[in-house]
Amino acid sequence: MTTGDPLIVLDGVNKWFGPLHVLDDVSLSVGRGEVVVVIGPSGSGKSTLCRTINRLEPIDKGTITFDGQPLPAEGKPLAKLRSEVGMVFQSFNLFAHKTILENVTLGPVKVRKEKPAAARERGLALLDRVGIANQADKYPAQLSGGQQQRAAIARALAMQPKAMLFDEPTSALDPEMVGEVLDVMTSLASEGMTMVVVTHEMGFARHAANRVVFMADGQLVEDAPPAEFFANPRSERAKDFLSKILTH
Amino acid sequence: MNVLIDKFDVFAGGFWLTLQICFLAAIGALILGAVVAVLRISPVPPLRAVGTTYVNIFRNLPLTVVLFFAAFGLPALGSNADFLRIPGLDSIFSRLGTDLPYFRFGLIALVLYTAAFVCEALRSGVNAVPPGQAEAARSLGLTFGQNLRHVVLPQSWKASVVPLGSVIIAMIKNSALVGFFGVVGDLSQTADQLTSAGGYPFIPVAIGISVGYLIMTVPLGALLDRIEKRQAVAR
Repeated sequence: MTTGDPLIVLDGVNKWFGPLHVLDDVSLSVGRGEVVVVIGPSGSGKSTLCRTINRLEPIDKGTITFDGQPLPAEGKPLAKLRSEVGMVFQSFNLFAHKTILENVTLGPVKVRKEKPAAARERGLALLDRVGIANQADKYPAQLSGGQQQRAAIARALAMQPKAMLFDEPTSALDPEMVGEVLDVMTSLASEGMTMVVVTHEMGFARHAANRVVFMADGQLVEDAPPAEFFANPRSERAKDFLSKILTH
Repeated sequence: MNVLIDKFDVFAGGFWLTLQICFLAAIGALILGAVVAVLRISPVPPLRAVGTTYVNIFRNLPLTVVLFFAAFGLPALGSNADFLRIPGLDSIFSRLGTDLPYFRFGLIALVLYTAAFVCEALRSGVNAVPPGQAEAARSLGLTFGQNLRHVVLPQSWKASVVPLGSVIIAMIKNSALVGFFGVVGDLSQTADQLTSAGGYPFIPVAIGISVGYLIMTVPLGALLDRIEKRQAVAR
């Protein structure tokens, strides 16, 4: 899967929320086209890790490079970097005052300065791809959670990103809607998109991930291919975690 | 009560002058308040500090003190506030262009004071927008300005408009002070003219000027109620 230089490299990353050491010397590298699934108990720092990659959370120590460049400080260069990294949130965060299609075209038109007609055409194609083309003119509140999350994925894809970050994309969904979102993510993964996915969906981790990263107490405890991780977790922490979630 | 009929033109003139200063001060305060609000929510700490300091000063000083500074401090610094003699505008609002500067001084004080409250009303609206909205916009690569313009402000407006209206109503009432800082002939100073100089009885005159203020404030309040009701339906 991995070709050439890694796309995302975290080296010795530390972050504190006040006295809480939320990321403790985390190093991780994600190759181009690689799908890395981050799992771990809540409060382990996995969401924070995901959010540091496009600097929604600034870090206190260490370095993060994306596509060979260190993350820039707040400003135009950071905005440009963010436009190349798609992000999907647990709570969808679709723009509530805009239609689904407007949500998808806002970035391309305002950030990439694409022609509105061209952005619209591509936006509709993306909505079709995630299976909600018929919802294009509705507002987010009129859609189900699963539809909203698929729209959010389309919005991120509209920027033609080099990588996609998923921060617990299915955690706010009704169980029956989880599948439709995971289907979209699985097809993205199989098309070679570089993805960092924070999730509790072990099924997705098993069949779509190249690597599973296990975090606990702000530390990156294990980093292994999914088959190996689920069959033979090395650390006690991971064994304990898996025994709790896989027995039910 | 004859004074209300006999001196109707004086009341009307006072009403018109108060309306003028309130109209100009409202526009000035909305513009300045919006600028200060943008400073206060900007990602640049020194700009935030400037905005916060502004609000801390002008929200916490009595308007009377601000008016003292404007009416006595500016002349002491050698300023006649001539920058407000805006060509064109001073033909509609004639007091902007007069040699006597007190209308301009009063206007400056009202704008400076009210802008602090406008800023906070706008900011409370911005805070009412879920933080995920701005995060999603940043993730797409929108700059701070684009984020405000296309995502945050269109949504914050709904939560801001009613508190903003209350700020403007308060400002209209506060404008009654400028008559005591050299602005001759506004609604409140009219009362002084008619009672002390004209010898008219106090109560009818006070009723007259009260009606004048209510004509400005009550419809504005009613408009706000309507906006609020319409929002409740939309929600």
